[in-house]
Amino acid sequence: MKAPDFAYARPASLDAALALLAEHGEEAAPLAGGQSLVTALNMRLAAPRLLVDLNAIPGLAGVSEEGSIVRIGAMTRHRDVGTAAIVRERLPLFAAALPHIAHPAIRNRGTIGGSVALADPATEWPACCLAAGATIVVLGREGERRIAAGDFFLGLYATALRPGEIVTAIEVPVPGQDAVWGFDELARRHGDYALVGLAATGRRAGGGLADLRLAFFGVADRPVLARDAAAAVEAGDIAGAQAALAGELDPPDDPATRAATRLHLARVLLGRVAGRLRGDTVTEGGRNGV
Amino acid sequence: MASENPDREHAVAFTLNGEAVRARVPARMHLGDLLRGTFGLTGVHLGCEHGVCGACTILVDGRAVRACLMLGVQADGAVIETVEGLTESGLIRDLQDAFHARNALQCGYCTPGMLVTAAELLADEAAASSREEIRAAISGNYCRCTGYHAIVDAIATTAEARRDARREAVE
Repeated sequence: MKAPDFAYARPASLDAALALLAEHGEEAAPLAGGQSLVTALNMRLAAPRLLVDLNAIPGLAGVSEEGSIVRIGAMTRHRDVGTAAIVRERLPLFAAALPHIAHPAIRNRGTIGGSVALADPATEWPACCLAAGATIVVLGREGERRIAAGDFFLGLYATALRPGEIVTAIEVPVPGQDAVWGFDELARRHGDYALVGLAATGRRAGGGLADLRLAFFGVADRPVLARDAAAAVEAGDIAGAQAALAGELDPPDDPATRAATRLHLARVLLGRVAGRLRGDTVTEGGRNGV
Repeated sequence: MASENPDREHAVAFTLNGEAVRARVPARMHLGDLLRGTFGLTGVHLGCEHGVCGACTILVDGRAVRACLMLGVQADGAVIETVEGLTESGLIRDLQDAFHARNALQCGYCTPGMLVTAAELLADEAAASSREEIRAAISGNYCRCTGYHAIVDAIATTAEARRDARREAVE
């Protein structure tokens, strides 16, 4: 199908973009990589009167290390996030997530800021941000706000962004020397939206794991930290962790995949990822660790 | 140049298959329609128009991109290559010959997108190209005729031939 009629502007500065968004209010939509928005326009699921293209604004793309954080500009394309030398070295979780994001042509164009602002619950970056304890930096005419990922994702396509605000950067704390991480997801075909995914971070302590954060995606209306399951994994009880997921996840029930199936798959993923975090060479608990 | 001020239509200037071009483009028109309708480049095949099928894949500043998921006005200032330009330049002649030799197309609808996607993969000399990696690279391009094996064969054959040629050049 073809997109409905709309006006377009390509401001050359953040101030100009924010002024347009403020002036046109709910009728305006910011355009980042467009890999979800242009789809929605073509299918007439969205009908903004004005698109404010952020692609010509200087300084919004790129990855830098600033003290103990890695700062990822909002307009950094998926591919450039996952292949940046700083990310591969400091944030291997984000580099590991990259191949799971759609397909090469989408990764070449879509942006991390756009993905975070859209907050599709089945996508990789929001869960990585949650697992890594990232801060989402947003800017509006009232000024800048810094929002913890755990407070940013509020529901299906819902975030803490206020009208007229845009995401300008993602700031991720650099993990310590003893950090561990894990990422995996299950999809029907390579590059499809995840049926279930898991981004995990933590650290080695003594002979076990501590500060474990298990961010599941595709199993609720937003990425979810499975706290009870994490505590059980830290205690060395993977079967208990898998059992705990029933009380922590709220998987969608759709004709293609039943909620019970997603919950089962979440347990499978947890078994695999937890085993790798612990450095196990044999998966515990029978086939696929369940 | 695409304007900083809101408008329903914009003037754009960009490089298309090696030539400087200009056009006036309605904001709502996607890049695939601009390339087909205004410039007659019908090798840009439109399948799904929502980013799923990959038939409209083109190169924008050297990277594979869905023409249906960019707006025509966003072409402003870019360097764009379609399957027509890649064909004329001879850059993918070996790949096209391999598609022919391996029967890697039947109806041909997906072929321009497959060629452009493979062209990007093959242009990266550092990229490994096992069959598994080739399959991952073309996972966003649907083919409903061949069952993919012949396409993977053609890309793998080309990757190997180019690798051999580079090795010989070094020796």
